[in-house]
Parts: sequence; structure tokens; C-alpha cells
Amino acid sequence: MAIVRASGLSKTYRVADKQPGLRGTVRHFLRRRTRDVAAVKGVSFSIEPGEVVGFLGPNGAGKTTTLKMLTGLIHPSGGQLEVAGHTPWRRQRTFLECITLVMGQKQQLIWDLPPLDSLRVNAAVYGIPDAIANRRIQELAEMLELGEELTRPVRKLSLGQRMKAELLAALLHEPQVLFLDEPTLGLDVNAQARVRQFLADYNQRTGATVLLTSHYMADITALCPRVLLIHEGALFYDGSLVGLSEQLAPWRQVRLELAHPLPADAFAGYGEIESLEGSEVRLLIPREQLTASVNRLLANHEVVDLEVSDPPIEELIGRLFRQGSLEAFR
Amino acid sequence: MGRYLRSLRRFWGTAAAGQMEYQLNLLIELVAMAGNLAGSLFVLSLFFRQGEGLGGWSWPAAQVVLGAYTVLDGLTSTLLRPNLSRIVTHVQEGTLDFVLLKPIDSQFWLSLRTVSPAGLPELAVGAGLMLWAAPQAGASLAPASLVLALVLLAAAAVILYALWFVLAATSIWFVKTWNATEVLRAALTAGRYPVSAYPPALRTLFTLVLPVAFLTTVPAEAILGRLHWHWGVASVLVAALALVVSRLFWRFALRFYTSASS
Repeated sequence: MAIVRASGLSKTYRVADKQPGLRGTVRHFLRRRTRDVAAVKGVSFSIEPGEVVGFLGPNGAGKTTTLKMLTGLIHPSGGQLEVAGHTPWRRQRTFLECITLVMGQKQQLIWDLPPLDSLRVNAAVYGIPDAIANRRIQELAEMLELGEELTRPVRKLSLGQRMKAELLAALLHEPQVLFLDEPTLGLDVNAQARVRQFLADYNQRTGATVLLTSHYMADITALCPRVLLIHEGALFYDGSLVGLSEQLAPWRQVRLELAHPLPADAFAGYGEIESLEGSEVRLLIPREQLTASVNRLLANHEVVDLEVSDPPIEELIGRLFRQGSLEAFR
Repeated sequence: MGRYLRSLRRFWGTAAAGQMEYQLNLLIELVAMAGNLAGSLFVLSLFFRQGEGLGGWSWPAAQVVLGAYTVLDGLTSTLLRPNLSRIVTHVQEGTLDFVLLKPIDSQFWLSLRTVSPAGLPELAVGAGLMLWAAPQAGASLAPASLVLALVLLAAAAVILYALWFVLAATSIWFVKTWNATEVLRAALTAGRYPVSAYPPALRTLFTLVLPVAFLTTVPAEAILGRLHWHWGVASVLVAALALVVSRLFWRFALRFYTSASS
């Protein structure tokens, strides 16, 4: 029985366009021209309890809009949606008590007070008796390696400490479904790794379902056996991370070590040059031209070593995010 | 219900703790509080210096109206402004998300999340003024009229709250509505004086469109023991209606909430 089920989910926003300059501003003020933008178009997927799913896509692909529909913050314009047996946008108490949303860019902790004060507010709001709340705080604080940070004003915490405290606040009510929108945003590498480890442990320990968006591929590769890739509002891929790399990359990476360094234009016509350092060069060559290109390379240049591999998934997704379009792969 | 009471206690506890976090700011707040109070007293003294009736109201009776106004102004500084002005910020910055994700009524959260001590002295002075001026105007301060006045002041507070909340809720569409709430505030200062002191056109406006009459004149008449019963009933009905409308309006507005992008 799936815990998250979306079918034909869509959302259309009405946005106002404004031309630059004074004239544009006046026109914008007097007669606002609006148009409809389809942010999410007929997305369908389902998630089983306990799964950790990565939600990928370039900026503006519709990830956050989908998350907001899943958490009941906004009404879908069409389609069916069920999370933990509830219709999210009704925001029934029983629904809100079994989900949580962590947003890397927004914070719920009270800025001027220690995290413990915010946690006490949350305990009251979620109707958790103090004894139970204290026990959970202790457990989670231990997992997150939070100690005296909990009694220091939030404004005096580092970004990493703050994010960990945010996670604690978001998990105090032991939600079954975790929606995480860029939870490691802006953290340094160590803090990212710690948050990642915590999420893996938490999923193991509680069996909670996790849907995670992140721009850091390390988060996705470390946590998510399954990924959903959304592009221009439509679901482009749903499956394993390995399968995604095959679908995204119709080419292979060829690493050459040459006897003598050569200029970049020596490799024109073989494929795209990914890097060129001294006598080492990496090329991306379309799969169907691989044999022919490698033969030509071996014939035309003095090659000391040659290695053919699949490009790493991080690079593929990174490329997708940078270029903001699947065209990058065609 | 237990959840709401416990939440409210924690809300106000953290609000007080937050204010005490900055000692200097609290000091400034106390100074501002004194300033507020001085302003009210100054207006009051202007009143004293004249010496004629106002719209058929004797001096002391008019002071009761000013007292009711001061009470509501104090309530505004204590609860309404600190909470309701935040709604706009929540919408602008997208932090309304966190409120909507909590298993507690979002209107309750937005209306009572914080409390500021700034208006408390005004509340006390307003109440004192009403109690002091009413006997001067010949009222006997019978327990019944005191209770009635209290109920009608509560109704007035609800009406004021509901109006303000609906205006703040429109920020879901317009995002910035600071100006609208300021206009409301300015219009409501009309409640300093008895409604009958205004020309007939304004009198109608202040009764039917902006319920200024219900805010101050009606509670004042109650404590003076000369309230016509139908005004009392109307006041409570208007308050109940305003509250219901504010709830329905909030629910309606949320359908249009798009949440600021993250």
C-alpha cells in the first residue's frame, strides 16, 4: 500500500509580466497582464512506506511546487493526490501530525531564543506531553550530535548547527513522511555528510518515508536508491539511479594518456572535450560512434593509455542543472 | 482545547523571553510605552480644556468614550499589531508555510502567536478613565452595567480584530497591505469621540461601513447605563458575524496561497 500516491498531478500559476523601465512599471500598475504558467503537468508516481526517494530536476522544473502540493500548502489545479491516507490540501490535523517539511532556505526556529524554546512550542502545538517530548529531544539530539547548542540563541549558531536544530524541530512529532527541500543547502562538506548520515540512520531506525530534493549529488547518491527526475513540470524518469545514468548519457567517457601534449583542436571531430591537462585528455563520445572514434584516435595519435567508462552520475546531473535543460543530452 | 491553552502559554512565554533577550530594546520599548501613554493623556487634556458638550454628550460622558478608545488602542498595541502585522511578513517571506503545516488552527496561531507589553499601561489607563468619568457623568456603576460594558468592549475588540485580520489576510493576493491597515487604523481613531458628534453622513459611515460606533460609543453608553438594548444586541451580533466572516475569509484566501518560492 503506497504511502504517497500522485496521479495526473498538475499545477498552473497565474503570473504577472512586467516590462522593465518606467513605462513598463506604469503599465504593470494600471493594467496588469497575466498569463498562466503550468509549473507541474500531469505528474504520476507512488512511493512505498520506508522508501528514500530523490527528487531531481533543474531550477524551475516544478520540484518545490510538487512538494508544496504533497504537503498540502497549495491546491493542485488537477489530478489526484493522497499522502498517508489523506488528501493533503485539506490539511486535517491527523495528516499534519504525520508529515514534516524541512526547507533549507526557510527556518522555523525562533531567531532570538535557544532551539529548546522553539521545541517546547512545537511540543505544545503537536500535543506531545513534556515527558515524551524531552525523551525524543534527547534521542534526536544524540543522533544529531547536538548538545549545548540547544540552549544557545539560534542567531549564535553556525549554519550547520542551525540546520541540525531545524531537523530536530521538524522531527519532534515523529512524522511518517519526511519532505526535505534542499536540507543541506549552504552547509560545508562535513556538515553535509553529518546531515546525510543522520537521515540514513533516521530512516533505518524509524522506517519513515523520505522524499528529498537536493542540488548536491552526493546527497542523492548516498541516500536515494530511487530517483524521480522532473523536467519542465513533467516526470522524465522514475527508477534507479544507475538506470538514470544510462538514460541520460547516450555517450561514454574516454580517457587518453598521450605520449606528447597536444592542443585542443587536435581532438575536434571525435567528441566533446571534457578536460585537457598536459598529455591527459578526457573526451565524451556518443555511444554509437565509440568504436570508430577510438580506432581513429589510436591510429592518429600516439596513445600511451586508454580507458573507457560511463560518466559519473554526479556529472550528468550537474550538467543537467547547469544547463537547465535535457537538451544537454541530445 | 488543552492543546490550545498549552500552546498559548508557550507562545506568550517565548514572546516575553524574546523581548527580554535584548535588554536595551526592552528599555526602549518601555520608553515608547510611556510615550504612547503621554500621547493619550495629552489628547485627554485637550478635551478638558474645552468645556462644551459634544454631540449631545456631556464632558465626562465624552471622556468615557475616550476611555473605551484608549482601552482598544492598548489592546491594539498589545495583541493586534504585533500579531496581525506579521501576517504580511509571513506571506512575503513564505514562512506562512510553517504555520500552515502545524496541526493547530492557523488563524489562532497568526492571531495570538506573540504579545507585547507596550499597550498594557494604556489598557489600564483606559479602563481607569472609564471608571472615573462614568460617575461624573451621573452613572451609578451598577454591576449589571459594568458587566454589560465589559461584554460590549469584548465585542468591540472582536470587531476590530476581525476587520484587521481580513485586511491582513488580503496580503495573500496583494502581498503588501501595510497601507490598508494604516488607513483602517486612521479611520478608527474617529472612535475617540462619540459618534453623534459627527455630521449625519459620517455618522452613517461610522455605524454601517466602519463599525466605529460599536467600538467605543456603545460600550461607553453601557457603562453610563443608558444603552438602548437593541444596540447591545446588535453589537454582539456584529461581533459574532465579523468573527465568522474572518474565519470564512481566511479559509477562502488560503485557497489562493501560492507560497513564496524557496
